[in-house]
Amino acid sequence: MAAADFQPRIVGFLCNWCCYGGADLCGVSRFQYPPYIRVIRVMCSGRVDPAFVLRAFSNGADGVFIGGCHINDCHYNTEGNYDAFGMVRILKRVLEHIGMNPERLRLEWVSAGEGIRFAEIMNEYGRKIKELGPIDKDRTDGALGLKTRIEVVSRLVPYMKLVERERLRIPERTEEAYDRFFAGEEFGSLLKEVILDKLSLKEIMALLDEKPLSTARIAELLGMAPSEVSRHMNASSRHGLVRYDEGLKAYALV
Amino acid sequence: MKGLARTFGIDLDPHGFCRTNPLNPMETSRKGIFVSGAFAGPMDIPESVLSASGAASLCGELLDYQRGELARDRLYPRERDTTREDPRVGVYVCHCGANIGKVVNVPSAVQYALTLPNVVHAEESLFICSTEAAQRLAESIKEKGLNRVVVAACTPRTHEPLFRDTLREAGINQYLFEFANIREHCSWVHSREPEAATQKAKDLIRMSVARACRLEPLQEFDLPVHKDALVVGGGIAGMVSALSIANQRHEVHLVEKERRLGGMANRLYSTLEGMDVQAYLNDLVRKVYEHPLIHVYSNATIPETTGYVGNFVTRIKSSRGLHEIKHGATIIAVGADELKPAEYLYGRDERVMTQLELEKRIHQGDKEILDAKNLVMIQCVGCRNEDRNYCSRVCCNHAVKNALELKRGNPGMDIYVLFRDMRTYRFAEDYYREASRNDVRFIRYEPESAPDVETVEEEGRPALRVTAFDSILGKKIALDADYLALSVAVIPSESSEEVSKLFKVTLGPDGFFSEAHVKLRPVDFSAEGIFLCGTAHYPKHITETINQAYGAAGRAVALLSRDSVTASGSVCEVSETDCISCGACITACTYGAIDFYQTPAGRKARVNPVLCKGDGLCNAKCPTGAIQLKHYTDEEIFRQLDAEVPDEPECANL
Repeated sequence: MAAADFQPRIVGFLCNWCCYGGADLCGVSRFQYPPYIRVIRVMCSGRVDPAFVLRAFSNGADGVFIGGCHINDCHYNTEGNYDAFGMVRILKRVLEHIGMNPERLRLEWVSAGEGIRFAEIMNEYGRKIKELGPIDKDRTDGALGLKTRIEVVSRLVPYMKLVERERLRIPERTEEAYDRFFAGEEFGSLLKEVILDKLSLKEIMALLDEKPLSTARIAELLGMAPSEVSRHMNASSRHGLVRYDEGLKAYALV
Repeated sequence: MKGLARTFGIDLDPHGFCRTNPLNPMETSRKGIFVSGAFAGPMDIPESVLSASGAASLCGELLDYQRGELARDRLYPRERDTTREDPRVGVYVCHCGANIGKVVNVPSAVQYALTLPNVVHAEESLFICSTEAAQRLAESIKEKGLNRVVVAACTPRTHEPLFRDTLREAGINQYLFEFANIREHCSWVHSREPEAATQKAKDLIRMSVARACRLEPLQEFDLPVHKDALVVGGGIAGMVSALSIANQRHEVHLVEKERRLGGMANRLYSTLEGMDVQAYLNDLVRKVYEHPLIHVYSNATIPETTGYVGNFVTRIKSSRGLHEIKHGATIIAVGADELKPAEYLYGRDERVMTQLELEKRIHQGDKEILDAKNLVMIQCVGCRNEDRNYCSRVCCNHAVKNALELKRGNPGMDIYVLFRDMRTYRFAEDYYREASRNDVRFIRYEPESAPDVETVEEEGRPALRVTAFDSILGKKIALDADYLALSVAVIPSESSEEVSKLFKVTLGPDGFFSEAHVKLRPVDFSAEGIFLCGTAHYPKHITETINQAYGAAGRAVALLSRDSVTASGSVCEVSETDCISCGACITACTYGAIDFYQTPAGRKARVNPVLCKGDGLCNAKCPTGAIQLKHYTDEEIFRQLDAEVPDEPECANL
């Protein structure tokens, strides 16, 4: 498909009380923006499940947009926009890990009175996605296609939610606390150890699902360090999930 | 305004605004005519809104005997059970005059809709919201046996209730309705790209049809409303609201933590406008005690309160013993406290006092104060600083009032007011000017060079020396005062935190109570059925408190006068077989709508649908998807997402 013809597909989740209202006002004011986005109304941006975002990308959307109320202005006492914020931070790192450009996922706060802001965002984000190109442009090299990688992540979502509950809870609902937490060391290392690591393991398993492979080959296909692959294989062997086939000189699923 | 005043036979004040009763800022000079909003004086939106509610309450008191006489019940046909039917979708695409039709090819969209799975009917309409079109819609539902309706038109935020009602009229469940926004989100914003806009409209219709097929009938439910009210706090705010509610024939339980009623007003004697506060207060207290429908509990504490709007249960421990009260609405009117400052020798020198203490001494006829040679006042003590960055609102008026009182008795007294800004707003400006005319000297100081106070001996007489930097003179000045009066901050009541936790209502960052919406809901809490008035909300004058108290009463009676409240059907529900008792949903729900309960299969989460506000955060946090937000379930959203995929095959392959 020629680049000039590329019409981005963007899926948008807009919260009923603020962003959806802002988009309405944008329409009332007749501010124009490109026709890329297809909106799904939710009651609160905190309702947006990572599984929704992954499904949209898996279906071939080039961009996913989430719009909510400004921080501390959430229509609900529960302040779901903080949840959206946290979810997007985590998901962006995960998407990056599997080779997707994290800028395809966008979170913005738009109040019901900010019609012009909505138009500005739609125009700028639309341009951005057009620049980034269709989603299949992201990392088509490598053994696992992007769709498969997205599916691996999707299957990990329940685990990610449990991890978030146990280890990634932020004590106070303030902007500073959230910013500090996600910029911090603790988050970075927790994310790597607990989520990204598990993700790598799942990707290896997805490869082995097709056929047995040696450590070196796995490392090559996934762009991982052989030592990392060994570590995962040793642990998985101990747990009885894989076995080393002496004849093939490769690991295979049990 | 003059013409209006003449027509209605009401008086205007010297400034040309409506003259109001100082004891009731919504009463005009004529009985039965009330005023709200800026006609009574310059006023911001929150006050306008609550004075409107208050004026309504006052009308309610007069008209209560007629309440409901003209009201009629809506009768809907019986709802058809569609649960065993396959989806039969009707799609209605609106032209909205030329608003949609000029850009989106509506007939083509209708044709497209007919190709979609489960769509058995599609038609276009010029204005689908018009009475005839809505009737036509209801008829077509019945004719074609439709059990899902998709309207592709404007934004659901305006007309969704209208169409839901239309479905009820047609005999099917109102939640089987879906709205596609092809105007605000389509024709109006892509008006130069009619082809793309038409394609987008088709995509949105396709998504809505897919979602609609998955929608389930949901029941809204009516909950009974208990007709009594609970008022927490027996100051002016609590008493005024209690009386207004009781005058509209509801029983009121008024709870006061001290032995006597009155709150802060017990320490006030006058206002700038000349109100005799003690006389007003005594009259108010008498009315409260004499009212057959008001039950007063003094020396009271509240050990526990539970329930939800229309159905609260509160236990009260008081000098009358232990009581358990059932009530439908609650008003929080716990007032505020006076800061006891640490600066300016307060507490260490008995010549330094607060404005309230000064006022008491003036009215008790304390000769030493009344005959003093000079007195200095310092404004903004303990607020508008790092500790409390708000303004206490009442102190400028308070200082001017006390200064004028002192001058009246002793014109020769030298009075200096050290201020940062004089905020004698609205008509209090007149009194500021009068004080100035009477030689009260106002000296501005900057917060960086706040005054200093020390004790000195001058000519054998002990004095308080107040040194300050006068920004007009550009020099430091020293004032030797016999007495020093501090305008100290108004701080949240010490019971605020406890009350906030008990009733699960929010405090703002400064420790005062936080309303649901500053402008649109100035006396409501986000928690339904609980209202707020008085200085518990933020420091305010007596007149403003009375205003807000009537406003809160109006809101409470609007709730209590109904026989039931309707809860939305879009609430969360737990599928117990999938619940792994992790508690993520309970943590997410600060409305307290979810709890655990014991089942033979272990601890399971359970939603109280009445408390559920339908945000769905619990759903997003649940690892197994056991808890789902009805009408926005995972399945429904997945269907909508999957239907977003365009019909034509993409050139790309993932």
